[in-house]
Amino acid sequence: MSNTVLFEVGLEELPARFIDDALIQLEEKTKEWLDDLRLPYETIATMSTPRRLTVKIEGLPEKQPDIEEVAKGPAKKIAFDEQGKWTKAAIGFAKGQGKSVEDIYFKELKGTEYVHINKFIEGEATKNLLDQFKDVILSLNFPKNMRWGDKQLRYVRPIRWLIALYGDEVIPFSISGVQTGKTTFGHRFLGKQVAVDHADNYEKILKEQFVIADVMLRKEMIAAQIEKLAQDKGWEVLVDEDLLNEVTHLVEYPTVFYGAYSADFLVVPEEALITSMKEHQRYFPVRSREGELLPYFVAVRNGDEKHLDNVARGNEKVLKARLADARFFYEEDQKAPIEQSLEKLSRMVFQEDLGTIADKVQRTVKLADAVSEHLQLDKTTKKHVTRTAEICKFDLVTHMVDEFPELQGIMGEKYARIFGEDDVVATAINEHYMPRQANGMLPETVAGTIVSIADKLDTIVGCFSIGIIPSGSQDPYGLRRSAIGILQMLDKQAWDIRLETLVSTALSMNVKLGLTNRTEKEIAEDLKEFFHIRASYLLREEGVASDIVEAVLAEGIQHVPFTKEKAKLLAAKRNDEAFKSTHEALGRVLNLAKKTNVEKVDKALFENETEHDLFEKYQNISPVYEDALLKHDAVKALETLGTLAEPIHAFFDQTMVMAEDEQLRENRLGLLNLIAKEVYAFADLNAVQWKQQF
Amino acid sequence: MNIQNMILTLQKHWSDQGCLLMQAYDVEKGAGTMSPMTLLRSLGPEPWNVAYVEPSRRPADGRYGENPNRLYQHHQFQVIMKPSPDNIQELYLESLKALGIDPLKHDIRFVEDNWENPTLGAAGLGWEVWLDGMEITQFTYFQQIGGLEAKPVSAEITYGLERLASYIQDKENVFELEWTDGVTVGDIFSQPEYEHSKYTFESSDSDMLFDLFSIYEKEAGRAMELGLVFPAYDYVLKCSHTFNLLDAKGVISVTERTGYISRVRNLARKIAKTYVEERERLGFPMLKEKEEASNE
Repeated sequence: MSNTVLFEVGLEELPARFIDDALIQLEEKTKEWLDDLRLPYETIATMSTPRRLTVKIEGLPEKQPDIEEVAKGPAKKIAFDEQGKWTKAAIGFAKGQGKSVEDIYFKELKGTEYVHINKFIEGEATKNLLDQFKDVILSLNFPKNMRWGDKQLRYVRPIRWLIALYGDEVIPFSISGVQTGKTTFGHRFLGKQVAVDHADNYEKILKEQFVIADVMLRKEMIAAQIEKLAQDKGWEVLVDEDLLNEVTHLVEYPTVFYGAYSADFLVVPEEALITSMKEHQRYFPVRSREGELLPYFVAVRNGDEKHLDNVARGNEKVLKARLADARFFYEEDQKAPIEQSLEKLSRMVFQEDLGTIADKVQRTVKLADAVSEHLQLDKTTKKHVTRTAEICKFDLVTHMVDEFPELQGIMGEKYARIFGEDDVVATAINEHYMPRQANGMLPETVAGTIVSIADKLDTIVGCFSIGIIPSGSQDPYGLRRSAIGILQMLDKQAWDIRLETLVSTALSMNVKLGLTNRTEKEIAEDLKEFFHIRASYLLREEGVASDIVEAVLAEGIQHVPFTKEKAKLLAAKRNDEAFKSTHEALGRVLNLAKKTNVEKVDKALFENETEHDLFEKYQNISPVYEDALLKHDAVKALETLGTLAEPIHAFFDQTMVMAEDEQLRENRLGLLNLIAKEVYAFADLNAVQWKQQF
Repeated sequence: MNIQNMILTLQKHWSDQGCLLMQAYDVEKGAGTMSPMTLLRSLGPEPWNVAYVEPSRRPADGRYGENPNRLYQHHQFQVIMKPSPDNIQELYLESLKALGIDPLKHDIRFVEDNWENPTLGAAGLGWEVWLDGMEITQFTYFQQIGGLEAKPVSAEITYGLERLASYIQDKENVFELEWTDGVTVGDIFSQPEYEHSKYTFESSDSDMLFDLFSIYEKEAGRAMELGLVFPAYDYVLKCSHTFNLLDAKGVISVTERTGYISRVRNLARKIAKTYVEERERLGFPMLKEKEEASNE
């Protein structure tokens, strides 16, 4: 016979955003708890509404399985005294096992007989163990906890009731003054307080009280009702998964309804209308089948169909006020020319020690200009870059962005067009916030890319300059994502610019402006490490093995797409039998070169042909090799290095590098060091785990 | 239901729950929370149940009486119950019924919204209450006040009276709301809204306001040194309102802004601490009364 167990924690309304994670924890911690108790089970189901977290366990046995164990005690010879009676040792052992000497038997082990007792631990009745579930409830972690009344407990929201049922029996325990029982609460208005007579009947009883406890079921109900409405009306309802999830966690008994707003509001950019509906009101926007935004919204009521018209009218009224605000903002914003907005940026703090947004913009302009100069862009593009950088933040002071911060850039683009800015500049203003999320879209225009890089670089270098460095979950300025964005843009554009050049330009500017509170060297070191971690993350994301990542990043990140090319080439070479001789030769050079700092060669000190030969070959290939590097031709570069393999092998065969004579030795190491420098410019080949031998 | 009757209804409802009915506090402030009836009384172990209407001034929200939704001064109905009773949500929902809002005809929700006022070193967790998608009430469990842990915890319920009235009276313009039959909000408040907005944005004497800020701040500090908590707190409120006037006019630069806020915060923190010490020195009188009452 098995029984169903039910625990329900009744709470004041839980924050919707905490629920998914709470349910995962609830399931995992329940499993761990049952495993620790050695209780097998068939299923664990977790459920939730805004007012409850529930777990239902089916197929629990009536008691823990019994345990049979053999306990080994002292040797037989010390179990009896001279009179042949049980010694204290034997009696003590038996007692310690909860048995008596009559239960003792002997068994030989490696030639000696020992006292043994068969121990039998009877499983505890399941229902006697269940009150320990209290610890599971208290172990749930929430991002924010609170206290209430005069209670000490910190929990996500006040606990108002508890159910703990073993079949139809209450398991008694209490938390913070709330005692377990059978009573649950139905829907706040449609349902009432009701007893759950048996754990098996939980969902059914709640449903009668207008509570759908199963999250998936509730979500499907909403999705199906929306789908039906869309069908009936010939609409395309924009069902965003996150919003659907949130709405599911905001209701106990969902009923979908729709409302309308005046088509006059459609003059406002649809991004603003959609944000207003989704973010502020948790409504689903509606499009026509052709993709046009329609003046309707779909929402979910926590309740039944009665008086639904009334609810819809109320919601329409709220939305109307919001959209009227949005339209007012949109019209007002168009009265303030860009230059006027820019002035206001000098009153907006970016970061206390790094000045205002206006200060940031000034730095961004300088950085962006430096990049266009470096890339020798044409005059028009240069002009676009400068203008974009100058005005990229103007929309931050518009009413619209103040109201809908997530529209930054998007409104900037729209207003820039209205104010007659160049199309490219308008597009680039929006693009400079890209990528907006991990692996989000990257800018298309040159101006958008350069300003995006400059803006992000300024934030990163600025923060590092004053010691704001991301650690653990602390990254308030999103520096990690910005760094990855920069690398992705450099990769996409494949411009002839090294990451290191960008970083040092930004850093020396900050030093000049006196915006650092640490030494330049410290800042540079931290930045190097920070970007290194991001670059290796990106490379590994693309499937490059860690050893190769380390090999190509040994000398910095450099030119991002070229670094990637090199990585791919090395990945192919590592299994290539034909490359074995090359990497062995070059690898040996790298090892020996570590022994010196000398970087010059005196031909007069050469003693044999192979030295002459290697040096000559090195001089011959050097310009070809460097040209290949400049052109970012990885194949050509590595091929050219490869032509040194033979003379290197010959050199090692004939030459004693670590000669007694210091002059000779340094000269030979010097030659190897020259070659090593070239190899490192490609990659640290010794960091690669070569696999040809396998 | 007109606003006057809403106030009477709410007063009756919360009075029946054992709340003291207090009157609006006579120093300018931005929210009912800033009244000493809430901010100071929610500190310390003494029980405290109170309800009052608070006219709340937000200079930056002034719109010359032209915007249908925004006001220089609006009205809050404020309830504090310390310690928060177990059935506080139900008590609140009952109050809505008393106002004629039948939950079965509407959609009422508690949507997470945490409240924080760094200037007062105050923070709480709770919800905004939605009525058919409109935020009508802020519901907060105080966790920290004046930098001190709130123990026991007070529940704060703040009704936006004009908001709620616009729903109950089904009006879209705040100035058309009926304060009492035949008298609208516009009749009473149009002129002050216009004049306060004009004063705030155009006519106020900024030099004088800066001087006042310093004078109030100094006086708050001096009163504090003398252990005179309530007078000190009045001057902190005056600092806060003066700052709001200057800020709304846009004459406080960014760098100064943080400085001003932290100066008010430091004062508020000191006052909170001193208030609790003073109450302790007095032997937490309201705690005793309650104990005696329960012994009888």
